[in-house]
Amino acid sequence: MNIVVDIKNVSKSFGSLNVLNNVSLSVEENENLVVFGQSGTGKSVLLKCMVRLLEPDAGEIYIEGNNVLHLNPKELNDVRKHLGFLFQGAALYDSMSVRENLEFPLIRHFNFTPKEREDKIKSVLEKVSLEEAIDKMPSELSGGMKKRIGLARSIISEPKLMLYDEPTTGLDPITSKEISSLILELQKSLNMTSVIVTHDLLCAEIIADRAIVLNEGIVQHEGTITELTTSSDHFLRNFFSHEILEDQNRRN
Amino acid sequence: MKNSNSSNIKISLMSKRLTEFFEMIAGLWQFQYQFFKQVFIPPYEVEQIRKHMDELGIKTLPIVSVTGFIIGLVITMQMHPVMVRFGAEAFLPGSVGISIVRELGPVITALIFAGRVSSGIGAELGSMRVTEQIDAMEVSGVNPFKYLVVTRIFACTFILPILTVYVIFIAFIGSYIAVVLVQNMSYIYYIDSVIGSVEFGDAIPGILKTFVFGFIVGIVGSYKGYTATNGTEGVGKAATTAVVVASLMILIFDMVLVKVTLWLWPTI
Repeated sequence: MNIVVDIKNVSKSFGSLNVLNNVSLSVEENENLVVFGQSGTGKSVLLKCMVRLLEPDAGEIYIEGNNVLHLNPKELNDVRKHLGFLFQGAALYDSMSVRENLEFPLIRHFNFTPKEREDKIKSVLEKVSLEEAIDKMPSELSGGMKKRIGLARSIISEPKLMLYDEPTTGLDPITSKEISSLILELQKSLNMTSVIVTHDLLCAEIIADRAIVLNEGIVQHEGTITELTTSSDHFLRNFFSHEILEDQNRRN
Repeated sequence: MKNSNSSNIKISLMSKRLTEFFEMIAGLWQFQYQFFKQVFIPPYEVEQIRKHMDELGIKTLPIVSVTGFIIGLVITMQMHPVMVRFGAEAFLPGSVGISIVRELGPVITALIFAGRVSSGIGAELGSMRVTEQIDAMEVSGVNPFKYLVVTRIFACTFILPILTVYVIFIAFIGSYIAVVLVQNMSYIYYIDSVIGSVEFGDAIPGILKTFVFGFIVGIVGSYKGYTATNGTEGVGKAATTAVVVASLMILIFDMVLVKVTLWLWPTI
């Protein structure tokens, strides 16, 4: 199996706060890796370091063989063009309609004709079941719809690697399950590799092939969801009992 | 003991403010360096610049029209009794014209523009920053500084001189109406008098400095918004401080530019 993401000894501090401490992990092609951890353990920081929205203090990050920390701005943009990132709040451009949001990366990086662009936009909207939202503004969409459009915008350039930052946060359990199933469906149909940062156990159960648990800046545990949730480790039992309880409350 | 504590607090507050001030100056300096570094590199985002110029012009037009008209009217009404006192009523249109062209037109337009536009840019970019829209743009392989900042600064720099010429024109209309109200004067005599008094050399420095003012409005608004932190509170702070800093910088640069103009062209 090809290694798509290879992170070696990455550290990141904010002032005196040590958020990531020698974190190493790798993700294989077509694998879905879920990153668990309590709030403030550096899950989102790790994701942002991977695309160099944040600069790590030390370590190496390889994406499809490129050490992103050593790339010049042009080379970095070339790598970024081939990956998708779904932000926690979807991060749709407020001043643009759904159509303009979706065509934004297409106009800038590809030489599609207007007809081909339109076909692509309609095709991704169909994939996320929101064809009717094409001319709406982001302010007219619900939280779940925004996440779907954010997902559509991320996959429109057919990335090989998708990064998700809390894809189901703030959504009700039904919408959350729908989004998780959609992520899995898209991953299968587009043959993507995914790294998913989440708190949501239900989402992880649906998507994850493998999961890691970040704690105190290090990868403390690794395994399948079943292995982690049934582990006798004190920290994991504590962490997942809380998550399971929260999950049950949400399901009820 | 209590007094010493309170003075310690005052000193630490003052040093915090000073640090923030110097950080802002350094940040603005770095920001303008980035602007000049990126403005000549393609893609030039001409469509975005045109869109921003349209928006900024339309957004500011009503308020600068009213302001220009009132400034022309009020200055003329205020100066009339003074000119009568010195028996120089015939020089009223010329004196008002020179004040408007050299100083009032450019500075008042720039200050109104700063109030309207700088806060708008600060709030818009600030909200994009805190909702991760700027990060999303960066991750999609588009340079957000170029797309969002360079285009706005460019639009501000070039739309303000156009607005200033328009305001000067509107101020002359206001001034003419005031002249008609206070003394009987034909519009032909008024125009002759203005043209006879206001020289080309009066207009050029006034208009040229509005390019600098436009640049200040664009760069301060963009800097405050682009570097906003702390959620919605940060967005509000970016919008309000952008207006204060831009207005203050316009007045300081005006003082410097007037001095430079007089030094370079002492006969003006």
